[in-house]
Amino acid sequence: MTYVASRVLSSLGVLLGAFTLAFVLLQALPGDAVMIRFENPELGLTAEQIAAIRESYGADSGLLAEYWHALSGALGGDLGYSVASGAPVRVLVGEALGSTLLLAGLGFVAAVLLAGLLAFAASLSPFSWLATLLRSLPSLFISVPVFWLGIVLIQLFSFRLGWISVIRPGPVEALILPVLTLAVPISAPLAQVLLRAIDDVRAQPFVAVVRAKGASEPWLLVRNVLRNAALPAMTIAGVLLGELIGGAVVTETVFARFGIGRLTADALNAQDTPVLQAIVIIAAAVFVVVNLAVDLLAPVLDPRLRRRVQA
Amino acid sequence: MTLELERNVPDPADETPDGLRSPIDVDPEGRTSLAATAERAPAPWRRVLPWLSVGLAFAVVALVVAWALAPGLFTAQDPYTGVPADKLAPPSAAHWFGTDPTGRDLFTRVVYGARYSLLGGTVAVGVGLVAGTALGVIAGSIGGFLDELLMRVVDVLLSIPGLLLSLSVIILLGFGTTNAAIAVGVTSVAAFARLSRSEVVRVRRTEYVEAAFGSGGRWWSVLLRHVLPNSLTAVLALAALQFGTAVLAISTLGFLGYGAPPPTPEWGLLISEGRSHLATSWWLTTLPGLVVVVVVLSANRISGWISERREGAR
Amino acid sequence: MSDLLKVTDLSVAYAGRSGSRTVTHGVSFAVAPGEVVALVGESGSGKTTTAQAVIDLLPAGGRVVGGRIELAGEDVTHASARRWRELRGRRVGLIPQDPGASLDPTKRIGDSVAEAFRIHRAAPRRVLGARVEELLDRVGIDDPARRARQYPHELSGGMKQRVLIAAAIALGPGLLIADEPTSALDVTVQRRILDLLEDLRRENGTGILLVTHDLALAADHADRVLVLREGRVQEHGPSAQVLRAPESDYTRRLLADAPTLATPVHRAARTAPDGEQPAVRVRGLSVEFGGHGLGARLRKEQPFRAVDDVSFEIPRGTTHALVGESGSGKTTTARVIAAFQSAASGSVEVLGEDVLTLDSARRRELRRRVQLVYQNPYASLDPRQTILDAVTEPLANFGLEGSAAGRRAHAVQALERVALPAELHHRRPRELSGGQRQRVAIARAIVLHPELLILDEATSALDVTVQAGILRLLDDLQRERGLTYLVISHDLAVVRQIADTVTVLRRGRAVEQSGTAALFADPHEEYTRDLIASIPGKVPS
Repeated sequence: MTYVASRVLSSLGVLLGAFTLAFVLLQALPGDAVMIRFENPELGLTAEQIAAIRESYGADSGLLAEYWHALSGALGGDLGYSVASGAPVRVLVGEALGSTLLLAGLGFVAAVLLAGLLAFAASLSPFSWLATLLRSLPSLFISVPVFWLGIVLIQLFSFRLGWISVIRPGPVEALILPVLTLAVPISAPLAQVLLRAIDDVRAQPFVAVVRAKGASEPWLLVRNVLRNAALPAMTIAGVLLGELIGGAVVTETVFARFGIGRLTADALNAQDTPVLQAIVIIAAAVFVVVNLAVDLLAPVLDPRLRRRVQA
Repeated sequence: MTLELERNVPDPADETPDGLRSPIDVDPEGRTSLAATAERAPAPWRRVLPWLSVGLAFAVVALVVAWALAPGLFTAQDPYTGVPADKLAPPSAAHWFGTDPTGRDLFTRVVYGARYSLLGGTVAVGVGLVAGTALGVIAGSIGGFLDELLMRVVDVLLSIPGLLLSLSVIILLGFGTTNAAIAVGVTSVAAFARLSRSEVVRVRRTEYVEAAFGSGGRWWSVLLRHVLPNSLTAVLALAALQFGTAVLAISTLGFLGYGAPPPTPEWGLLISEGRSHLATSWWLTTLPGLVVVVVVLSANRISGWISERREGAR
Repeated sequence: MSDLLKVTDLSVAYAGRSGSRTVTHGVSFAVAPGEVVALVGESGSGKTTTAQAVIDLLPAGGRVVGGRIELAGEDVTHASARRWRELRGRRVGLIPQDPGASLDPTKRIGDSVAEAFRIHRAAPRRVLGARVEELLDRVGIDDPARRARQYPHELSGGMKQRVLIAAAIALGPGLLIADEPTSALDVTVQRRILDLLEDLRRENGTGILLVTHDLALAADHADRVLVLREGRVQEHGPSAQVLRAPESDYTRRLLADAPTLATPVHRAARTAPDGEQPAVRVRGLSVEFGGHGLGARLRKEQPFRAVDDVSFEIPRGTTHALVGESGSGKTTTARVIAAFQSAASGSVEVLGEDVLTLDSARRRELRRRVQLVYQNPYASLDPRQTILDAVTEPLANFGLEGSAAGRRAHAVQALERVALPAELHHRRPRELSGGQRQRVAIARAIVLHPELLILDEATSALDVTVQAGILRLLDDLQRERGLTYLVISHDLAVVRQIADTVTVLRRGRAVEQSGTAALFADPHEEYTRDLIASIPGKVPS
């Protein structure tokens, strides 16, 4: 069995685990969404009608059968029906996904740029006070609530400075502040790990050897240090994906953007568990796939890992 | 038994196949090799600054704890009833943080709100610390199949984004401050489990643990006397860090409306309520947010300080 | 000819927490073309600091506070960073201490060697490949074209050091600084690397500044030797003279404490009382790593045989040495005897017990009689325990000496026996020096009154003067208590001084076994002869 196959297999295992956990949390345990919704006396449904509705949602079959039904459905792309609107979850999620992916993707790119810039400037700064200042920025960024940052940015750029319109902004204009809001807190841990990795690599004997060949600091950073420091940064970037998804949900709420975040909020308020479950599973799938890709890409950066892959 | 035979890997000091021995010189100053450069020159203010910031961080935490325990000592006003005539007043000597649309003093509400954030952070860290560390220590010290299994469970927990996981727990438990705190705690179980496991595994492989078995130590006594004390400082640093993270996450849930119900002066909720007056009353959102930032920053600094001390003690 | 390097009255200081601390005081020397000058000293002597100053690579906080440094007649004491970048690589090259960590792991060998050309834009891109192959060929690497495409982890330690030398000489610098260039290498590899440096000196007229802790090695390979201690020059002269007629007491002590093959053996050989069972009897021992478990079997991994059919006996009250280079299986063998490692086959009888079949209760009981002392005294003591607690713990584990107070008294006795001052008993390991820590580890081992002591490179991390003290202590303990020692060592000169019998291991197999005196006088195997020939310091004349 190759390394790749075993990594893929364990990723599938994690995904199945995530599906099971979401099922247990949202469907198997008490807090029956159907009952909450339809037993409301205002609807005036008879007991028979409720039973019929329950049956149509598959709520009455045994737990295992229900799990199997949900799992085989999910594998075939059928994520069930929204309890609130009756629409297929697949359609609801499909409509919202694009906008959120755009926001998260841009946010991630901006975070990587920001983190890279910060780490670079801090490592090459000729003034120690500037380096110290830059190095303390990530711990500040990491302490800022995403939602508050969004609000402050709106306040500053829209209300005070009037640079970005709040009322019907253009498609690009509407993305600037949300992307920034999302990028800042994600960039912080990335910059911290990158800086730490750069420091660690710079302490390695081989860096002194290159220095002894007459290399300048920028040469060292670009040609020797960065490639060695990229691996830990890439690994943490994969793990930060979870934060990114959570941050996108919050950012959408703050900026009143349509997307998965709105869908999540609506689902939560309506106790619409099938929708919430689908969102959890899709998020977990994205997380697992991205981290699998990071694992499989690592040998490209570090030749020492290649032996393991070929074995 | 596995604890004892852990080091059955070829010792790098002897068995590396490429003809390398571990370097001979052990210099107490760590300056044996020409190639050991790196550290930056400490200017005088750079040496004072870390201590100043740690002191400040502890002071902030102490102040907020005092706010939570005895809010009446810090403000004479009422957090729930306001003076309508004073509504939406900007910060002033009488109202440090200004007032809200019903004329309530915002500073008073922030002071009274400290207990929700602190209590929530404590509950969340407690849940994560107890459950996570238990899982990690069991996995790390017993090893084998159980270790494999528990770590896969941790992988599953990690694969679901924190916010979505806590929302799923909230939908199960219902809205409210304590439930939100528990939900946030669940998301940190994985981090605590991973760290405590890796620390236990690291310490188990040290020579001093083998030496302890070598001088007749039993499994339990070695675990209690050497493995756990040397593993848990890192966990403590994580607890401080997670406290800050939990305060953030709880305020996020409060902001989204899944935490404490209005008119509780919970910090996230305060910011959420201030949103409708964004254009006119900046203080309603900005000042409570700044308080959150300062508290989280302080918790992170304390965590960093614990880690530094730990590395210094090695 | 003018000097390549001239250092006059050099003083270097470090800015520390408690102000500035001067670590070298008025060091002066010169290196002429084709000359090897050695800086010799123990840790903290300032030898590395001096070498770092010469290439302007002092760690942050370090700076030259007095004296002059001249490279080929140019005063570079206060040269700009830009000027230094021009000089490094062109005028002066560095051969580092630890070849394992001194090559960029993500770069191909060829790219690392070509780096100096690129940095200084010293050769057109199209000829780089050919120049790299020339250089690799020059330092004795076979099949340079293939090696240039490989990565550092695919090369052995000795080969990596050759690559580093190739990279250092790429632009033909007149001066090379070799910082402990062989201390991380096996003794036979060490000799070949030093021979290569000797070739470079002879053929290219390169001047070499050799930094080393090993006075014998310095005397073998350098024209002149500087002995440093605490930042001051103790002795400066031609090697032969320093070796034959040292002027300073410190040099005399260094010579006395670092045994070579020329050092006479004073220790009387120990023999076991007749008719007594041997303390250790190893028969056909084999140990394998990997290749087991489901994952390994699925990946079709072959188990790695670390120890292969090894047999020996240790009579009671004597010292047996397992010697060999890295990968020889000597530590693994010792760990089986200490019951920390299981075996694939064979039998191991220690003090009358069959170690391989012991249950955990019996194994624990055996450990009261068999103790192990590790190589690295920094890793084998719990950083959170006080010294006294560490030594009391074994007694508490076995419930010996009655009360807690009785145990403490016994632990204090053991600490006094290893000459550890009472004021250190309540300190923690990090407050002690390496030698003091190793004394604590020995006290922890002897407090149980064991019969067999396994010493796994127990002195090889220590300075020679400290090592000499520990070896004397171990010798006294053996005489007093009739202890049996199993010594694991790579240092044949030390083994010759302390062992009664020797087993030479190579790649897991026992190559040769005999009494110590006989082995050194008349080695039968080619490998043993090579090992003995590689020991520095055999030119006493």
